[in-house]
Amino acid sequence: MVAYYRPGRLSEALAMLADAPMTVAAGCTDLFPATERRALSGTVLDLTAIAGLRGIAATADGLRIGACTTWTDLLAADLPPAFDMLKQAAAEVGSVQIQNAGTVGGNLCNASPAADGVPCLLALDAEVELASAAGHRRMPLAGFLTGPRRTALTGGELLSAVHVPRAAMQGDSRFLKLGARRYLVISIAMVAARLSVDSGRIAEAAVAVGACSAVARRLPALEAVLRGAPAADAPRLVRPDLVAPALAPISDVRADAAYRHEAAAVLVRRALAGLIPAGVPA
Amino acid sequence: MNRPVDLLRLTVNGRDHALPVAPGRRLSEVLREDLGLRGTKVGCDAGDCGACTVLLDGAPVCACLTPVAQAAGRSLTTIEGLSGNKLSPLQQAFHAHGAAQCGICTPGMLMAATALLRASPHPTRAEAEAALGGVLCRCTGYGSIIDAVVGAPAPIAAGSGVGQPVARLDGIPKVAGTEVFGADVAPDDALSVRAIRSPHAAAGFAFGDIDGWIARQGGGLQVFTAADIPGENRFGVIPDCADQPALAETAVRFRGEAVALLAGAADRVEAAALGDFPVTWSPVPALVDARLAPGAPPLHAHRPGNLLIAGRVRTGDAEAALAASAHVAEAEVETGFVEHAYIEPEAGAAWLEGETLVIRACTQAPVLDRDSTARVLGLPPDRVRIIPTAAGGGFGAKLDLSVQPLVGLVALKTGRPARMVFTRSESMAASTKRHPGRMRGRIGIDAAGRVTGMTFDGDFDTGAYASWGPTVAVRVPVHASGPYRTPAYRAEARALHTNNPVAGAFRGFGVPQAAVLQETLYDDLALSAGIDRLEFRLRNALRDGDRSPCGQVLHGVGIAECLEALRPHWRRALAEAGAAPHRGVGVASCWYGCGNTGLPNPATVRVGITADGRLRLHQGATDIGQGANTVVTQLCAEALGLPAERFELIGPDTALTPDCGKTSASRQTYITGKAAMLAGAALRARILALANTGPDARLSLDGGRLRATDARGGREIALRDLPADANGYVLGAEERYDPPTGALDADGQGTPYAVYGYGAQMAEVAVDPELGTVRVLKMTAAHDLGRVVNPLLAEGQVRGGIAQGLGMALMEEYVPGVTENLHDYLIPTTGDMPEIEAIFVEKPDPEGPMGAKGLGEHVLIPTAPAILNAIRHACGARLTRLPALPHRVRAAIRDAEGAP
Ligand SMILES: Cc1cc2nc3c(=O)[nH]c(=O)nc-3n(C[C@H](O)[C@H](O)[C@H](O)COP(=O)(O)OP(=O)(O)OC[C@H]3O[C@@H](n4cnc5c(N)ncnc54)[C@H](O)[C@@H]3O)c2cc1C
Ligand code: FES
Ligand code: FES
Repeated sequence: MVAYYRPGRLSEALAMLADAPMTVAAGCTDLFPATERRALSGTVLDLTAIAGLRGIAATADGLRIGACTTWTDLLAADLPPAFDMLKQAAAEVGSVQIQNAGTVGGNLCNASPAADGVPCLLALDAEVELASAAGHRRMPLAGFLTGPRRTALTGGELLSAVHVPRAAMQGDSRFLKLGARRYLVISIAMVAARLSVDSGRIAEAAVAVGACSAVARRLPALEAVLRGAPAADAPRLVRPDLVAPALAPISDVRADAAYRHEAAAVLVRRALAGLIPAGVPA
Repeated sequence: MNRPVDLLRLTVNGRDHALPVAPGRRLSEVLREDLGLRGTKVGCDAGDCGACTVLLDGAPVCACLTPVAQAAGRSLTTIEGLSGNKLSPLQQAFHAHGAAQCGICTPGMLMAATALLRASPHPTRAEAEAALGGVLCRCTGYGSIIDAVVGAPAPIAAGSGVGQPVARLDGIPKVAGTEVFGADVAPDDALSVRAIRSPHAAAGFAFGDIDGWIARQGGGLQVFTAADIPGENRFGVIPDCADQPALAETAVRFRGEAVALLAGAADRVEAAALGDFPVTWSPVPALVDARLAPGAPPLHAHRPGNLLIAGRVRTGDAEAALAASAHVAEAEVETGFVEHAYIEPEAGAAWLEGETLVIRACTQAPVLDRDSTARVLGLPPDRVRIIPTAAGGGFGAKLDLSVQPLVGLVALKTGRPARMVFTRSESMAASTKRHPGRMRGRIGIDAAGRVTGMTFDGDFDTGAYASWGPTVAVRVPVHASGPYRTPAYRAEARALHTNNPVAGAFRGFGVPQAAVLQETLYDDLALSAGIDRLEFRLRNALRDGDRSPCGQVLHGVGIAECLEALRPHWRRALAEAGAAPHRGVGVASCWYGCGNTGLPNPATVRVGITADGRLRLHQGATDIGQGANTVVTQLCAEALGLPAERFELIGPDTALTPDCGKTSASRQTYITGKAAMLAGAALRARILALANTGPDARLSLDGGRLRATDARGGREIALRDLPADANGYVLGAEERYDPPTGALDADGQGTPYAVYGYGAQMAEVAVDPELGTVRVLKMTAAHDLGRVVNPLLAEGQVRGGIAQGLGMALMEEYVPGVTENLHDYLIPTTGDMPEIEAIFVEKPDPEGPMGAKGLGEHVLIPTAPAILNAIRHACGARLTRLPALPHRVRAAIRDAEGAP
């Protein structure tokens, strides 16, 4: 029997999910393209009527983004500059139509190597909040994404929110996406970078690259070199050997692997160049 | 709502509905099939095309991605809600700007634009582009759409005569959302038809227990295979080469080939478990590389070496000329499969009316459809009637049969109406493609920079079946010189079979590929001779009285005028590019013969006036968005002397309209237009004779009163007193026109076409040398139309053709099994199109109607080479493989940097 559930409360949803396996649905912008059928098949648990899963709120230790927050919601939210990259990514997800329906939680759970939200949230040190009838747990986003189209979600669990710790809400940020056309395009490579600059020196650096490995990656070696360096030097410090080892790009119809390596380094350099505060001598 | 719902409540355009639908069903399906609101279109079911855009609480979403449950209780607006009794101002603006060509993307565009204009009534072009970035259009190149959205002034027509920017005569339904496309034909109780297709490029197959499988599905289904086909299971656009089965018999030759049909009630067919349909595949090694075709086992036993056909044109001694040249340039260029990517997947329906099988489907070639379908189904042609729907884009691929024999078979076998709508991936796998070409060429010049000779060798992958392969192989050698004097010439093209998709007709029939090679070689030659690239082309341009490589003496040759029209733009652009880093300018030309190559291809047009004063034009040229309904009518109207808007159009319908031939080869304005002009003139002559007035009499037709007025006064013709002819007309005329061409000899000498069109385009680009990305900043396109019948529609062709050329240059490559959707196969979006400036040159053709030439394909030919030449000018990168994806451009830049 095909059933479609659209509960109004998270507890109800979790109880249903504990009962039987079902397809969790949010904006359906990944679910529907995966089938040619005229309807979602199997038993469906639609989360979009649960008010508590949607929206952005400050918490004691940072910021909480509900799993069903859409890209359009994010774009409309008043957030500090550390989130600029996430907004820039939101504006690049597909089209206005896709941004109106697609959700942050769907983007993470779908776990595409080319998910535009992932590098930004990695560079925000995000943690995911997983809910089940048995309770909640939290884990770093990097641990949640276990491979292409694979996550740490277990049966009976859903993603309820993403948390950004206060410490990561510092600095300015930038997202750059490279594709073979302007709109509605799957990234060949994309980069999210966040820099906190204090008296001309880099206090904190977070850089992540997407679409160049099975799961988007932070670049710890580069970040270590950047920390403490004069901000104006940031672009110059981007050397291939600080970028390439973290990545394992594939060759496909969009680009070959060697190009992705090269492009990732170029994008990182440009993203950092865009983050040098005005007035810092180059 | 936490239980499966029985009745779902929807508020659509202010009206409440309660529907017994599954909550997980696509909203697009519910709107179209349950509520009959078919203004919302479906092009992909995957969010990629935006044709299904509707407003949910005012915000645009893809109806195909929205489970109907999520729309319940919210306010939903569709195209049907945009206009009451009157079109909205935005819809009127779309009409006036020619923003709807085929019209299939128009509802989605209008909905996305409506949301934008509510939030921001005076958007900038950039804002409009961003808001519409999620709706694909394959026809317009977007410029006219953005014009309409930002409220740019529309062209104003002074009357409807030839030369006026008359808005499309058949345009209102397209902007109102009431146009009927293939998928919109849904006869009551129609059986739904689905094809079982091969997952293998080459395989034998055998069916198992089909009855058992049907029983396991709960019955209510029927399956048809090749064994059920009553006629000759073979079709093809070129009768001598017909080789493609409607359903494969024992082996498949390409991935996506249909082997069986499933028919039944829509919900039964939808629920059927196709995954375990009883067919056993025995895959064999597939031939996918055309280079290996000559040595591989033949796909068709009677075509050894997998050679479908070779074409050749030879004049003078090309080798000797090259040997004696001051400079010789040589190159090899490779292009891939290109997908037509019209937004409307193939669709249609069939039913029986008495003895007659009626098929309504999207097509470019109704009479060919009738004859081919009749042959497959074993019926005499007069028992098949084809009524084309509007075509949501065609560009060549809707010349071949798609759903017609399949729905026809089911209707014939079951006696019930049958309906079939291809999915996007099915459309992409089953339809024809642009031929990939591997082309080698050499061109020589003398010390004065004059072309001395050229050789061209092209191997074209024609895929599994013949389709239009013969035409490509013949057209390419005729055109590979470009519109330039080439005294010694040898060009050969071969169409080779592989287990790849069937390559067929696509705007230009191989000529765009050949132009890439020739026009990039021309840049090499200009550079080595130290001559400005535009002046080099002018120096070699064909002139009136010159002979083509086929030995034909040409008249009305406008290429020099086109290049000269570009000259001021060229100088400006070179100066601007010189002042900015990584900017480049490129130019390329085209010529293209209108109509079939050296073969008859007549059109017959009927015009008549009824006793009650209705003026009807039987116009059998399918309008696939290019505007034949308008242009052909304008030509007839001008010749007759009555306004175009007075005509009632009897559209293509094999039972009502004489044959106007296929909408292909840029032939309709010229050939059907000429037949219409002749018919209009013949009718005028009859009227003037009856009225006994002079040749310059003015005609008027008002409320059943036909008057002819000359200097001596006015005469009324008493229509009611005249006897009606067999077609019901008291005054009528029918004229047939066939271009005066002649067959080509073994060296390609002869008169392949009666009329050629010419053009030249200039591209300005910016290259990001580190990333290899290319942005086209502006295209300036000068085209010689002979006579501009309708500048609004002509400009639409230019912009749309350039969009396809830009896609071919920069992003489009179809890889079987990999890019069978519109997110892996990329076509340009609003944000990829540059400003386009169209310049029309009118060098009348002595043969064309009122001097007019064709344009539809010409516009695409120079675009890709102009862009490639601009890329090279910007950064030295010489691309030999299309498309110029960022990684290929980057590699070419590296090669150029490393070059000594
Ligand atoms: C035309 C088009 C263009 C696109 N362009 C882009 C792009 O540019 N960049 C990009 O990153 N993505 C893009 N996408 C992909 C998609 O839109 C995004 O990934 C979107 O954020 C997915 O969210 P959703 O709510 O629609 O997911 P859904 O389709 O509803 O769900 C996706 C997956 O996640 C699971 N899921 C969803 N929510 C939860 C939850 N809370 N807990 C557990 N599991 C859950 C679902 O079961 C499913 O497996 C595009 C999609 C389309 C159709
Ligand atoms: S049909 Fe919905 S986006 Fe194409
Ligand atoms: S008019 Fe846009 S797709 Fe045809």
